[in-house]
Parts: sequence; structure tokens; C-alpha cells
Amino acid sequence: MLAHVTTFAIQGVESRRVTVEVDIRPGLPAFTIVGLGDRAVREARERVRSAVLNSGFEFPARRITVNLAPAALRKEGPGFDLAIACGVLAAGGQLPTEVLERVAVFGELALGGELRPCRGVLAVAEGAASAGLEGLVLPAVHGREAALVDGLGVFGASGLGEVAAILRGESDGQPPPRDDGPAARVAGRVLDLADVRGHGSPLRALTIAAAGGHNLLLAGPPGTGKTMLAQRLPSILPPLSRAEAIEVTRIQGVAGLRPGAGLVDERPFRAPHHTISASGLVGGGGLPTPGEATLAHHGVLFLDELAEFTRPALEALRQPLEDGRVAIVRGQRRSVFPTRFMLVASTNPCPCGYAGSPRCRCGEADVARYRRRLSGPLLDRMDLLVDVLRPTPADFAAGPLCSSEHERARVVAARERQAARLAGTGAACNAHLDGALVRRKVALEPEGAAVLRRAYDRGTLSPRGHDRVLRVAQTIADLEDAPIVGAEHLLEALGFRQDVAEGAEEDAA
Amino acid sequence: MSRFEAVPCAACLRRTLLLAMVAGGLEVAHKRRRPIRDVLALEDDTLIDVVGGGRDLRERLAASSPFDLLAAAADARLAVLCRHMPDYPLQLLDDRSAPAALFVRAGGEDARAQLVRLVGGAEDEAPPPAVAIVGTRRASAEGLEVARALGRGLAAAGVTVVSGMALGIDSAAHAGAVAVGGPTVAVLAGGADVPYPVRKRELYDAILAAGGAVVSEMPPGFRAFKWNFPARNRIIAALAPVTIVVEAAERSGSLITAELALDLGREVAAVPGPVLSWRSRGTNALLRDGASLIRDTRDALDLAIGVDGTAAALARAAGEAIPPPMTLEPELLALLAAVEDGRDSLASLTPDPSGAATVRAGLTELELLGLIRRAPGGRLQRTTRAIAC
Repeated sequence: MLAHVTTFAIQGVESRRVTVEVDIRPGLPAFTIVGLGDRAVREARERVRSAVLNSGFEFPARRITVNLAPAALRKEGPGFDLAIACGVLAAGGQLPTEVLERVAVFGELALGGELRPCRGVLAVAEGAASAGLEGLVLPAVHGREAALVDGLGVFGASGLGEVAAILRGESDGQPPPRDDGPAARVAGRVLDLADVRGHGSPLRALTIAAAGGHNLLLAGPPGTGKTMLAQRLPSILPPLSRAEAIEVTRIQGVAGLRPGAGLVDERPFRAPHHTISASGLVGGGGLPTPGEATLAHHGVLFLDELAEFTRPALEALRQPLEDGRVAIVRGQRRSVFPTRFMLVASTNPCPCGYAGSPRCRCGEADVARYRRRLSGPLLDRMDLLVDVLRPTPADFAAGPLCSSEHERARVVAARERQAARLAGTGAACNAHLDGALVRRKVALEPEGAAVLRRAYDRGTLSPRGHDRVLRVAQTIADLEDAPIVGAEHLLEALGFRQDVAEGAEEDAA
Repeated sequence: MSRFEAVPCAACLRRTLLLAMVAGGLEVAHKRRRPIRDVLALEDDTLIDVVGGGRDLRERLAASSPFDLLAAAADARLAVLCRHMPDYPLQLLDDRSAPAALFVRAGGEDARAQLVRLVGGAEDEAPPPAVAIVGTRRASAEGLEVARALGRGLAAAGVTVVSGMALGIDSAAHAGAVAVGGPTVAVLAGGADVPYPVRKRELYDAILAAGGAVVSEMPPGFRAFKWNFPARNRIIAALAPVTIVVEAAERSGSLITAELALDLGREVAAVPGPVLSWRSRGTNALLRDGASLIRDTRDALDLAIGVDGTAAALARAAGEAIPPPMTLEPELLALLAAVEDGRDSLASLTPDPSGAATVRAGLTELELLGLIRRAPGGRLQRTTRAIAC
């Protein structure tokens, strides 16, 4: 007898429909799985056999052939266990077959028949909904995640026996756990700008970066608070929109982070260690999995000690930064991962880290060499550079300079202005403006244009730096609700440019 | 009793009025290739005859009022000095066609005193060191860079940079001097109150703000004729004991300036260039004929103030901060003073984020003016003139 079960395979951050065909024929008992499965899929035989028997069903002692279609698609991971088990039961007459045409199943089985959490549930649920299926049977722990998809019946089960009951129509499964709302979730410690003492200038830079979505480079001696500042950036970023939140949830689901959680409501903050490989950063592997750049999608990617990262890793970040997505090609497969993140990096100003103070032991040449290591395409994408200096004792004695709540309100207002101005251009914030859009959308006062020309004439500004400064100046104007970019906005933006002091001596004869 | 007049004398002012009246006639003479310096050396009467003015012109000249000219100059905020006054640069009188009167605009209160500081007065036996830098209007990028560097280096060492504010080399030399807040004098072909060329209006203002001066022999508001340019060149050549030509084609205005300078016994120097470039034909020819060769600021300084003077000037420049322009806003001046005071980081200048916004803008402004620079580690440094040398 033949049975069809619908399930889904994860590819990139999307899902592809997979039909599990199970055929049971008389003959010597055998259990074969075909259809380009990996080791985990082949090992499913043992898990399925034990789970079926331990759940009180009968395992047919006949010739069982399982085919995962389409046969050309590579299938990986243990997520097919449940579909195979259901197919075996249906083909053996222990489950109705017609319901399996309308409902997808997804999950990993334990030997005892329990369902284990697995990756990519939201992507699967979205696939099921768009395939026009009525429902999805899955581990109960994932119910909340799958319930984010509208128009799909979500049936959570804790074991194979319960799945069978659902499919027979005897049970509706476990309802998805109630969403407790953001208030209940914010029990953990929230990083707030109010914790910061001193650092007036870096705080200003954080607000500007958040308001325009700009990449930010923090330079300063060790231990001055670069990491501490960067970690507080998400607290002033605008809240995730529903579409963004779903996207982030799907990515985190595929990566296996936060199993059992519902909609993500915080912007991601990813801080990989500097020993990370290129594929760890942008994604890769035989079955391409999302890298840190994708996990930071709609959030912040923080690279501490930028100069310590390997060159290939930093080079690999170019396309993600430029295009907001990265295409990973492995063999015949091409996976596209979204990578719209804010890049925040920190660096020492010189090899010893104490440039500018008497403690610095680096020669002029050392500093130049260090800067050269940093320079290049990545530094080119940093819109803002800010020096983080040691706070003074007076700073510690004084109270906080600002709070995340207040700054976030300003950021949100500035973003709204940008959204109104950039409607229909495809850019969401000033940082996404390309050269042509900068010229079209940034309105400059004559005095501002004069400032820009002077900076350019002095050689302190490269052609690329020109656009960068304009983007930042526009964000500063947005923060102040100024209708047009003026000289004071440009002057401040110029103060954040990253090519420090390099242009200054260049024309000295 | 002094041998000098305290106010411009009527004869000199009338001479200026005459020049303006016969400007059209002089244009004809210039077209007929009469050397303009010879024409300008003529006495009033002869000059009127040469341009064929006749009775009519003589009557108009007699009817004109030197006082009206003084009033017009005052309205245009120009100081007037004539060759009989103590502020008149002595070295101009080496030229028999020296202008009778000069109209001056300078930054600061007293334009005449400022001019004396820049190029000396009639009583100065040894006027302050000055170098004229001239060259083509269609300069190459390298030529502009050389002119700017020379202007900057000379001015930083305290040498007055004299030029004509024309496009190209002239402006670059002025801009270099202005960048270090150093002394510079622009001699214009038209009225000293009219920034010409128009595109250089910003430079005109910057020259004044840096304590420089703009000078012309023509009355206020006067629009230059073609002959005014070689006439202007003779003043440039006479004002400075050294004339450096940076880039010049054959038979160009810059070479005329060099010739005028040679006639006056001034030192002529040139910056060499590629032999195949039309821009260096003139300068290379000067070098072949014995002009001094200029490679950099040091060569120019050696020529302008002597080898010993150069060493001293460079040492002095190392300790001297570039002075702020006279027009610097009080807030920026206060900010600059704070940086000089040792508050050398943004954090030490302002504690809070909103203050950081304005302070950062101000610091950038100071940086663009070349008054401070950012050192690694977020420290701010006051720029000294030595960087420019």
C-alpha cells in the first residue's frame, strides 16, 4: 500500500516542500530510504522503528521503501522523522491516508516516540501556508512560533501517539502556549544608555548611527567602554516592525536559536569573536547555514577589535554590506541569506592602544601600518568614526547623560521623517542611500554646499567620503527635524569622518 | 616739517582720474603693441597727447574733483595713498611708471598700516621680505600644488606673497599663504573693491581675513581693460625683490612680469617643468637664460631671505601657531583658545551629547581652516606654521 506525507526541507532561510512516499510490499522485511538524504536522514530508520514500536504501534514486518521527493533536492537533518513515521503508519493501515494530503507534519523523533524540537519551524509553517495546506503537526514546543503564520492550523504534539490521535481527528493537539507579551519577557536585565557615565561624544554618535542606520567605528584605548557602548545600541534602535520580526524569528528558527520562543521582539545583537572564519561570518557549509551577518539581520553586527579579524573574513563582509544579502553557492546549490545589519566595529587607535597619551610606545610608522591594515573596502563603509576616550572621575561622579527611552524616541521620529522622504525609493533609512539617491534626496543649503566644497578642496574628503558625509549630515538634520541640510549639520558630519588626519599632511610640500 | 604728505595730493589723485578717463585710448595703444609701461611713464600732458584726448579731455580733467575720488574710495572702504605719502612702498619708485596713487583694502582697522607691515613704506630702508609668485591661468594640477606649497611655505616663514589673484597659479599662491594665515598681497587690474575674477570672491575675503591686503592703482569700481593686466604686472614685479614663475607658456603675461622684474633689477626665479609641456616652455626658457631654479620652499626662502635667514625662519615657524583669521566668530575663537589651553579632546571640551554636536561642528570648522588637526587617539593639536614649510 502507498502513502504520501507532506513535509518541508530547509534551504537557506526558506523551506521547500518535500513529499515523503512510503510503499509497503510483501517480501523480506526491509526498510530503505532513498531521495538524496544525508546521514541524519538515513539514520531516521532506527529512530522511526523504535518510536513506532514504543508508541504502541506495529512496525510492518514487510518490505518498506521510503522516497523523499523531489529526488534531486538534498535533504538534511532529522526533521523528516515524523513524516516518515506517519507514512509508515498510514501505508500500513494504522492511520487514515486522506488527512495526510491536507496536513503537513514536521519534527524529530526520540526513540521513545517523543517529539524533539527542531530548526526552522517558522519557515516550514510559512511553506505549509503558501502550499495551501490546512494545518501543520509539529512538536508542541514550537506551537507559538508556527502560530505566527495566519490561516494555518497549528497542532502541537508531544509524541507520536498524540500525532496519530490528531490525524485520526480524535484530538486537536496542544494549543500554542499563550503569548505573554513583551512586558513579561523583559524580566532580564536590559542594557540602557543610562548606565553610561561620561562619553558625551560617543553617545551622540550612537544616536546618529541609530537614527540613520549608519555603520559606526569606535576607536579608543582598551577598557574605555567601546563594547559597553556598542551593546547598548539595540536599546535605542526603533522597535522591529511585524514583518521584520517575522523575518528575524524565521532566521533564528533556522539557526536553532531560542527554540520554543514566539515572535522575536528585540533587534538582534551579534558579537562574534575575532577568530571567526569567513563562512562563519557570512554563512556557508555543505548545506549553507546562516552566518553571523544573517543572524544580525535587522539588528547589529558588532566586530570587537576589528584589526584582529582575518582579512578573508572581513573581505567576505563586502557583499553583505553592499547588497543587504549574501548568496552562498555550494555545488549546485545557491542559497540567499538576508544581511541588512548595522555594522559596529571597535578598534584601538594604534597597536598598543594608547595613542595620544604619553603611555603610547608606538612609532609613527607603527600607527600608519596599523591603520593600513584596517583600511580598505570595509573601512570605506564606515559612515561614522568616533573616538572613545577614558571618562574622567568627574564623569563618574555626574549622573547619566541620557536614557535609552528618550534617545529611542528621537531615533524613531528621525526614522519616520526618513521613511516619508524616501518612500518609493526602496531605501528605508539614510544609510541605504546610494550615490544617485544621495544626490536626488539630500537637499543642501548653499552654506552647507560651501562647507563640503572647502573640505573637498582641502583634500580631507575622498569622492566616496563625500557621499558618506552627506548621508550622515542628512541624518543629523533629521534628528533635529530640519527641512534642509545646513552647514552646521555638515560640519558635525565631517567631524565623524573616518579618514582622520590622513588628508591633512598629504599636500604639505 | 616732514618730507611726506599726510593725505593724498591732488596731483596724484588727478593722475588716477586721468588714467580712468583715457582707459579706452590706452586700450588702443595697447592693441598697437605700445609697451604699456612706457606709456604709463609719460607725464599727464604727453599722455593726453598720445591717446589723442585734446582740449576736451583736458577740460574734463580740470573739472574733475580729486575730493570726489577720495569720497568714492571712502564709500568703497578703500584706503588711498599717493607716492608722496609715508605709507607708499618705497620699492615701487624704482619703476619710472610707478602708480601715482594706490587704493588699498586690508583686513583689520588700519589698511595703510597693514600695507606697510606687508610690503614696507616709504621710510623703510629694508622692506619686509616679499616674493611674487606668478604663472599661467591654465595651470596643471602639479603647478597648482607647487604654487600652493610655495605660498604656504613662504608665508609661514613670514615672507609676504605677492600675486595677482588671477585664476590658476596666482590664486593657488594666495590660497597657500592664506592657509597658514600668512602675509599676502593681491594686486588687482581693476578696482581694489571689485573681487576679480568673480570666481575668486571667497579667496578675496580670505586674503583680507588672513590679514593680507588687496591693492590697485585704478579707482574704486573700475572694470579692468586688457592693458590693465600688464600694468598690474609691473606693480607686482616692483613690489617684491624676488619674482618666481611657476608655470608659464612662451610669450605669456607671466613672462612679461618676469621681464619687468628683470628691468627693475629684481631677482627672477622659475620652477622647472617637463620640456615637452607648453606650460613649462616659458619657465624652462627663463632657467636657460639664467633665472634661479626653485625646487621647493627652501630654495625660495634662500633667495628671499638668504641661507641664514631660512634656517632661522624655519626654526621660528616650528613654534608659531597658525593665527586665526580676523573674521573668526567669537565662539570658534573661544573654542580655539580652549584647545590651546590644553583641553585637547572632545570629551574635555564638552561633557554632554548635545554639546558634543555643536563642539564637533566647531572643531571641524577649525580643522577646515587649518587651525587644528586631529592626531591619532582623538587628540586635537594646534597647527604650527612649521607643518607648512
